[in-house]
Amino acid sequence: MKARDSLLLILIVVAAWQVFHWIVGDIALRSPLVTARHALALLADPGFWPHLRETLLAFAEAFAIAMGIGLFIGLTLGASRLAGDVAEPILVALYSIPKVTLYPVILLIFGIGMPAKVAFGAIHGIVPISIFALNAIRNINPVYLRTGQVLRMSPLSATRKILIPAALPEIVTGIRVGFSLTLIGTLLGEMFGAQRGLGHMLLQAMTRHNMDAIMALTLLLVVFAAVVNAALLSLDRHLHSRA
Amino acid sequence: MSLAGASPAPASGAVHVSLRGVSRIYPGRAAQPALHALGPIDLDLAPGEFFAVVGPSGCGKSTLLDVMAGLATVSAGSITFEGRSVNGAVPDGVGVVFQEDASFPWLTVTDNVAFGLREIGTPEATVKEKVSYALNFMGLGDFTQAYPAQLSGGMRQRVCIARTLVLEPRLILLDEPFGALDQQTRLLMGDELLRLWRETGATVLLITHALDEATMLADRVGVMSARPGRFLELVKTGWPRERDSTIVADSRFGQLTSRIWTLLRAESLRAMGHSRIAR
Repeated sequence: MKARDSLLLILIVVAAWQVFHWIVGDIALRSPLVTARHALALLADPGFWPHLRETLLAFAEAFAIAMGIGLFIGLTLGASRLAGDVAEPILVALYSIPKVTLYPVILLIFGIGMPAKVAFGAIHGIVPISIFALNAIRNINPVYLRTGQVLRMSPLSATRKILIPAALPEIVTGIRVGFSLTLIGTLLGEMFGAQRGLGHMLLQAMTRHNMDAIMALTLLLVVFAAVVNAALLSLDRHLHSRA
Repeated sequence: MSLAGASPAPASGAVHVSLRGVSRIYPGRAAQPALHALGPIDLDLAPGEFFAVVGPSGCGKSTLLDVMAGLATVSAGSITFEGRSVNGAVPDGVGVVFQEDASFPWLTVTDNVAFGLREIGTPEATVKEKVSYALNFMGLGDFTQAYPAQLSGGMRQRVCIARTLVLEPRLILLDEPFGALDQQTRLLMGDELLRLWRETGATVLLITHALDEATMLADRVGVMSARPGRFLELVKTGWPRERDSTIVADSRFGQLTSRIWTLLRAESLRAMGHSRIAR
């Protein structure tokens, strides 16, 4: 039933794409079939794989850093009511500035190449992950912690067995949002300050008006993001369905 | 296998829990004046007694439970449980069932009930035995692997009661445990509460806003005043230990309930600021 719904949704999106393609014309938008063919050709091209590897590596590093720092900030600030109250508006403010404005700063610190795009990807993910983790801790039902007190649990034991499991569903939601934003950040970083990677390929295709390459790359990125997001979403739903 | 506590009430006379001049005052902050929430209260609970507390909203009933459980400190006075002082730390042998649903949503019914036992390092074979007894006792035998989200409110509250029971507390404090349930469920849960009270031999303090519930369940009903909460009167019901919800048909049930209501009506109106109607 669920698989059928997903399939139906994909068919609708492809059909809409096809219709849109007929309306705006082949120069602006390639058809789904042509795009798929180019994407397959790209995958078959041995020159493409180093770029893909570079991007995945940069993204994996950025995501790991975003999770590490984001969870640390969120959980630490969440543990103290005052710190949380003070930090939350600041984090939300940071969340709303376009990170591109910080790009020159990042380039000056890290130079062009891998570290810059990892850093740029990570700063996109840190803030949402920390905001969600912060609120996950702050919004825990106080009666769970009182139950821990009645059971005479040590603070460490209560943290491990009550606080963390209670906060986990919200934390996973934050990680899911952080995943998407870190991917965007990494690709943006590659577009402006790299010689390799999918973002770099995308920018080259854009400057050359290579519509086939733009659309094929975009399709591959969408498929990648959708697959990972679906996996995280199912974990997310699994955790929330019990809450 | 039973739920009876390992050591029955101690032989320190006929007093299990004792409160002397207990008050709780919330200190004032910048804009707020200090709030005298409770007391002074003097109360002695006999071992194995079922004591119910009723009072107007906001009279400090929950504060009373908090200080008795050791979840909050007293501002003045002293509380002793089994001869030892209680102030701000939960003593061994005390179980609390809260008004809100406190079942852990990330654990199955079985793991919820086993939680406290595992926490104190009970051998897994004993955990299994006790948990399965408590689950059957509370009518949860068919839902051992369910998550709380799959259960009704009444059943979730039973999970919380079972989680408290398996630890064999000698004093059970219940803070409006059936407050969120419908009337029929509340009466049936009352029957179950009486049954487990008889079986465990524990001393029970029940906070409730339902007068009929208090009259039906308790040996004594403490009627509290508006804030700061003090006991206006301790009403003895005189029910036999073997009793159930059918005593609501007893003629004395109506008399007792209306007696308590008379005491409470004036206080409740006062608490709501309707002093003119009260007169």
